[in-house]
Amino acid sequence: MISIWFFIGISLAVNGALILAAGIYQLVNPPADPGVVLYHLHANVWWGAALLVFGLIYCFKFAPKRKA
Amino acid sequence: MTSLLTTAVATRLVHLSSVDIVIVVFYFALVLSIGWYLRGRANTGEDFFMAGREMTAWVAGLSFLSANLGALELMGWAGSAYQYGILATHWYWIGAIPAMLFLALVMMPFYYISKTHSVPGYLKLRFGEPARAMSALSFAFMTVLMSGVNMFAMAKVMQIVLGWDINFSIWVSSLTVAIYVTLGGLRSAIFNEVLQFFLIWAGALLIPILGLYEAGGWTNLKLQIAQRTSEQYVHLWSGLGSFTTNPMGIHWTGIVFGLGAILSMGYWTTDFLVVQRILAAKDIRSAEMAPIIGAGFKMMVPFIVILPGLLGLAVLPERLLPESVAAVTGGHSYNDVLPLMLARYCGPGLLGLGVTALIAGFMSGMAGNVSAFTTVWTYDIYRPLINSKGSDHHYVNMGRWTTIIGVLISVGTAYLVMQFASIMDYVQALFSFFIAPLFGTVVLGMLWKRTTGPGGFWGLLCGTISSIGMWTWVRLDPSALRYVALSPHAKGLAQDMYQALWSFLVCVTVTVVVSLATKPMPDGQLTGLVYGLTKVPSVGDVPLYQKPLFWAAVVTVIFFVLNIIFW
Repeated sequence: MISIWFFIGISLAVNGALILAAGIYQLVNPPADPGVVLYHLHANVWWGAALLVFGLIYCFKFAPKRKA
Repeated sequence: MTSLLTTAVATRLVHLSSVDIVIVVFYFALVLSIGWYLRGRANTGEDFFMAGREMTAWVAGLSFLSANLGALELMGWAGSAYQYGILATHWYWIGAIPAMLFLALVMMPFYYISKTHSVPGYLKLRFGEPARAMSALSFAFMTVLMSGVNMFAMAKVMQIVLGWDINFSIWVSSLTVAIYVTLGGLRSAIFNEVLQFFLIWAGALLIPILGLYEAGGWTNLKLQIAQRTSEQYVHLWSGLGSFTTNPMGIHWTGIVFGLGAILSMGYWTTDFLVVQRILAAKDIRSAEMAPIIGAGFKMMVPFIVILPGLLGLAVLPERLLPESVAAVTGGHSYNDVLPLMLARYCGPGLLGLGVTALIAGFMSGMAGNVSAFTTVWTYDIYRPLINSKGSDHHYVNMGRWTTIIGVLISVGTAYLVMQFASIMDYVQALFSFFIAPLFGTVVLGMLWKRTTGPGGFWGLLCGTISSIGMWTWVRLDPSALRYVALSPHAKGLAQDMYQALWSFLVCVTVTVVVSLATKPMPDGQLTGLVYGLTKVPSVGDVPLYQKPLFWAAVVTVIFFVLNIIFW
């Protein structure tokens, strides 16, 4: 059976990738009105990256094993 | 889907971008995929209702905590932190940690070795059919009603925060839950609860991190809160010497004896919604470790719930209002503090994750209600009272149909609440009536072998009636609160604490008196159910760091240190 931790890895990796992509897009195309406080910290870049790395670790560590 | 999700009303608090909507839609796709994947692993009663009793300590522990970590809980307690300050933390520390450790070390062995499917099932083994029937009927009825009340409340939140249509929120979320629980049973509910746990932390953790950065650290935050409100907003215990020296209008005796010793014990040790997750553990060590793991994480939850409320006091430019005032003036209420903080710091993507965390919290809470209702209905009502000769396959089918029917009743309740809002108050109050007396009955049954069947039944009944009586008394005559809560200065929350305390004492007194007046149960009948007559199984020959007692001691030390730090 596929481990629950693998599903969690997928969830965090996909969400992290989407958030990181949105953050990089904003870095490249800075909005006139960011709409959030502390925009200069670019939280979506580093938080998205952290979730992506964490998720990928879980995906690889708990990936379903192929049967011999 | 996208056009439906973005159907707006003028008053929405946040606006979702395309990437936010993709994140929300991905969550729905993932939970349905998990349910679909697990559909072939829910063919027997043990699989469907008990997740095969093969959950590890971590999965059972995180699921145990998640079943309680609903979206309304997060938003409500963040709002309470804004309203009452750090005192709201008591509901996470003294109002949870001792009870979770008590469940792990004292009660769990009996639940586990009796191989019961439910808490009412334990009452049947210990006290006989009448106690089980009363407990099961009240639990099933209230659980499904609570699910509907929460469903409506969450749909309302989604309307206010995101501008979503109420009907859309109710039907999409309830149908999703119905599909994945019907397909995968308790295992599917547990998997999604663990997923929700991670999503909540991933979505909510940024708020306190960025908030503390903006406020200039904890020390500066305390100064700002003291300037805007009072110094008592950042102290856990120092203002509890009197009802008048703290924002909550409560005395330390209410917190310690009402909340810590009774109300939380009742909830965390006898509410089948949470206990069911532990009963799915794979062995006795996992069953004992699971609540301890849950307790460790529970101590950290104030960081993502209470701290955002406190940060709101310091950094939000506007003053938030009580719900009733906000409804009239059009301002934001205390309960809006978490979405407001989310919108303050979270840009595209992060906002979607935060909203997903709220939706996930709501849906897993509903799945918890529905799966617990299904088990109690099938094993404690349908099988003993209606059809005791069905096959295992028949009861699994009954469980699947009950899941769908339970969701539909919840939807019906949600629409009923939409028409008659006052029902919400009554349903929430009704649920609290049973908690404290049930704890009295179960704990006496486990710890005192002289407790008899009639004693357990009449104690439970009288405790519940006394609770209803006190609530009705204060409802009809609000000044009666001075008698129930022992002070003319007591406020609403104090009533819950003292009501629980008195109803517990009534339950225990009646149980003891009736038990002493009735014929003792033979020892042979109580083996495996009561301390002193049961050989509690060992957790095995494991190293110290794998022993539940060791981790319970670690959690206890941290619990005391935290309370002293924030005294």
